[in-house]
Amino acid sequence: MLTPEQIENKLERLLPTVEKPGRYTGGELNSIVKDWGDPQIKTRVCVAFPDIYDLGMSNLGVGILYDILNQRPDTLAERAYCPWSDMEAVMRREGIPLYSLETKHPLSAFDVIGISLPYEQLYSNLLNFLDLAGLPLLTVDRGPDHPLIVAGGHATYNPEPVADFVDAFVIGEGEDVIVEIVTTYQKRKAEGSGDKLTLLKQLAKIWGVYVPALYEVIYNEDGTIAATTPTVPEAPAKVIKRIVPVMPPPLTKMIVPYIDTVHNRFPIEIMRGCTRGCRFCQAGMITRPVRERSVDQILQAIEDGLASTGFEEIALLSLSSSDYDDILELVRRVGEKYAGKHLSISVPSLRIETASVELMELLKDTKRGGFTFAPEAATEKMREIINKAVPTQQVLDTAREVYSRGWPTIKLYFMIGHPSETLEDVQAIVDLCKAVLAEGRKVLGNKANVTAGVSTFVPKPHTPFQWVSCDTIEQIIAKQSLLKRTLRGPGLKLNWNNPQETQLEAWFSRGDRRLGRVLLEAWKRGAKFDAWQEHFKYDAWQEAFAVCGLDPQFYTHRPRLIDETFPWDHIDIALKKQFLTEDYLWSLRGQTRVDCRERCFACGILPRFTKMREQTPVEAWECPEVKPKHLRGKQTVSLELPVQSA
Amino acid sequence: MQRLRITFSKTAAMKFSGHLDLHKTWERTLRRARLPLAYSEGFNPHPKIQLAAALPLGFTSDCEIVDIWLETSQPLANARAALERAVPPGITLIEVAEAIEGGPALQTQVVAAEYRVLVSTDLNPEAMDERIAALLAAPEIKRVRRNKEYDLRPLIESLARTESDALGHTLLMRLTAREGATGRPEEVVEALGAEAAKAAFHRQKLFLAETVAR
Repeated sequence: MLTPEQIENKLERLLPTVEKPGRYTGGELNSIVKDWGDPQIKTRVCVAFPDIYDLGMSNLGVGILYDILNQRPDTLAERAYCPWSDMEAVMRREGIPLYSLETKHPLSAFDVIGISLPYEQLYSNLLNFLDLAGLPLLTVDRGPDHPLIVAGGHATYNPEPVADFVDAFVIGEGEDVIVEIVTTYQKRKAEGSGDKLTLLKQLAKIWGVYVPALYEVIYNEDGTIAATTPTVPEAPAKVIKRIVPVMPPPLTKMIVPYIDTVHNRFPIEIMRGCTRGCRFCQAGMITRPVRERSVDQILQAIEDGLASTGFEEIALLSLSSSDYDDILELVRRVGEKYAGKHLSISVPSLRIETASVELMELLKDTKRGGFTFAPEAATEKMREIINKAVPTQQVLDTAREVYSRGWPTIKLYFMIGHPSETLEDVQAIVDLCKAVLAEGRKVLGNKANVTAGVSTFVPKPHTPFQWVSCDTIEQIIAKQSLLKRTLRGPGLKLNWNNPQETQLEAWFSRGDRRLGRVLLEAWKRGAKFDAWQEHFKYDAWQEAFAVCGLDPQFYTHRPRLIDETFPWDHIDIALKKQFLTEDYLWSLRGQTRVDCRERCFACGILPRFTKMREQTPVEAWECPEVKPKHLRGKQTVSLELPVQSA
Repeated sequence: MQRLRITFSKTAAMKFSGHLDLHKTWERTLRRARLPLAYSEGFNPHPKIQLAAALPLGFTSDCEIVDIWLETSQPLANARAALERAVPPGITLIEVAEAIEGGPALQTQVVAAEYRVLVSTDLNPEAMDERIAALLAAPEIKRVRRNKEYDLRPLIESLARTESDALGHTLLMRLTAREGATGRPEEVVEALGAEAAKAAFHRQKLFLAETVAR
């Protein structure tokens, strides 16, 4: 194994030969370098994002975990990202293993490697990452002396496609559980029980941790799942997602990169979860309950964050910022405080309503961003099916308001491939964009323009649309060519996704454990950086499916029966499957649900987390208050505790 | 309005931060220092920061210069103390002085730059000296850069070997650095028959018009 000094020396010579060498140096402001010789430090963790630095540094989750771990005197945390292909070639040629940015230790020298997997296009990179680190790819091939590979992030709510490669998954929010994983690891190390299985069993007992090696998957003859069952008593039959009862203090001491990155700014999460219940939206289902930070806490975090970073841009992040209880007060106070300070403020995810325009007007003395709205579908009927009911007139009224206040550009996000969608529904996207542009023309003339981003819908696990079949590639191409043909002309711009890349996302979103072999075969055939068009190798994936004797269409276009057992059914996101089933059936009838701040639909969060809700301040959650049992009248909700039973 | 002229070194990981990124680094440094950085007027205001001359990626330097405009005048000692606390790793302040507020743009004032280059070759010192002498004696040195032929010779103002050791030869060169006429030390190294990829470059002096009598 190369020493950090040897790696440093090689880098000194080689970095000038690669593109953007600033990706590979570390040493940035606010990065934390601890001494590996410090006897106090018991556990060394590397947090990682399996794509290049430019993207990885923009991932808030990795930054949060890095900060939490480094606050512990007994733990050090460093970072690693994938090298871009030019650097990868250099590293493989020179025998340089993947190393941490802080101290240039090879990744194999760490105790735990925590990898963020927010989306499926990173799976081939995960394999490449492990390979560059010199680690066996399969969890069965890694022993107690190899680093423990932990993964988390939204994609891992269906962990099965990458179950062969990851030792333990964090299902849910990482802030508390990462610490429990580290302390469990430390205890095992201190006890000196050098057996990996023992460690895995101990990890499986932690709420929110899924250890796939401790489960057996039984398939039906048709390839669907009969059952996924634990093989040891320590592993729970259902892995309940982890949540933090109250949003923890926000990260303020962010690392400031030396080079430009995708989101080179100070982000602050103002709210977690969403009460809207859009049926296609996985984030809206898996991040319940809705928890908010207070206006004062957010303002203080911005102040501290700007003082420690000097960033000239901030972003107020959430799934639906308009729904944040005190959004008006928050935006007004931020706008007043930073007026004339040359600070850019972005408030993404605003509702399509004129109030959003008034909200942005509160920021008129700062550098505010433009308007992006997401109607997702272009007809009222289709918006009812997806439960994002906005009257078309409201879209046009909002657009008129935006243009008349001087913004020349409106970005509109749509999806094609919604359930029951026809070419007429796709044509309606074109018509709506043109109608919006016409509103702009009335007030701004030819200055007005519309950018339409039309992505392709991929049904996600744990959503009411998890039963829906995807459009075939031919259907997608037909819909896209209609858009390309008709959504054109002065003032109109269209962006769309490569349909082949959408297929990849769709296979893995609802994939099962058998896809691990496909992934391995595709990686052997050169698949990596699937999220990058210039790298994406559709043929490698097709071949991999053929070699494994699996039909990709099984995962995408097969209609699923309402009572089918899914590969992710043992992952419990605290929504009752019955709630999702009912919501799916409602969608078929075009029946909508209102925002659950108005009315609780008993999705399952409260019965699952009753105890936690009781002990949490009323204002911290948007879910109704739950009184302790002795203060309640007759109650019908069960009092199941959020702990995993053995 | 006050114009500060800051001389600083650029080392460690900072040497891989490009010209535009360095510009941003200074804006953020000023914001962290809570100094009243001035911005231009107009619809899209940008910070009033001028860097003297782009330093190629991978070069270290202890003579970089940046001019920064402040909305309100600060005592130099206070400004320097605030900046000391705010500069990121890889940047060290060398001098903070006041420049003439309405004077010409910094980048137009640069006329030449001096580089110290460590070249590793198999040549012995005498052979290296011979090559240097031959290069300096040549009436012209035809080079091709970005598919364009040019003459490197007039851009070399001076060139000498200062020492040699196990790591290689240390060369000192002063090259013209004016708009449209900038000598690149890698080109000089290549013209000497050595590999630029194996050399280490350090800029140690920038010559400004006001300090050079020409």
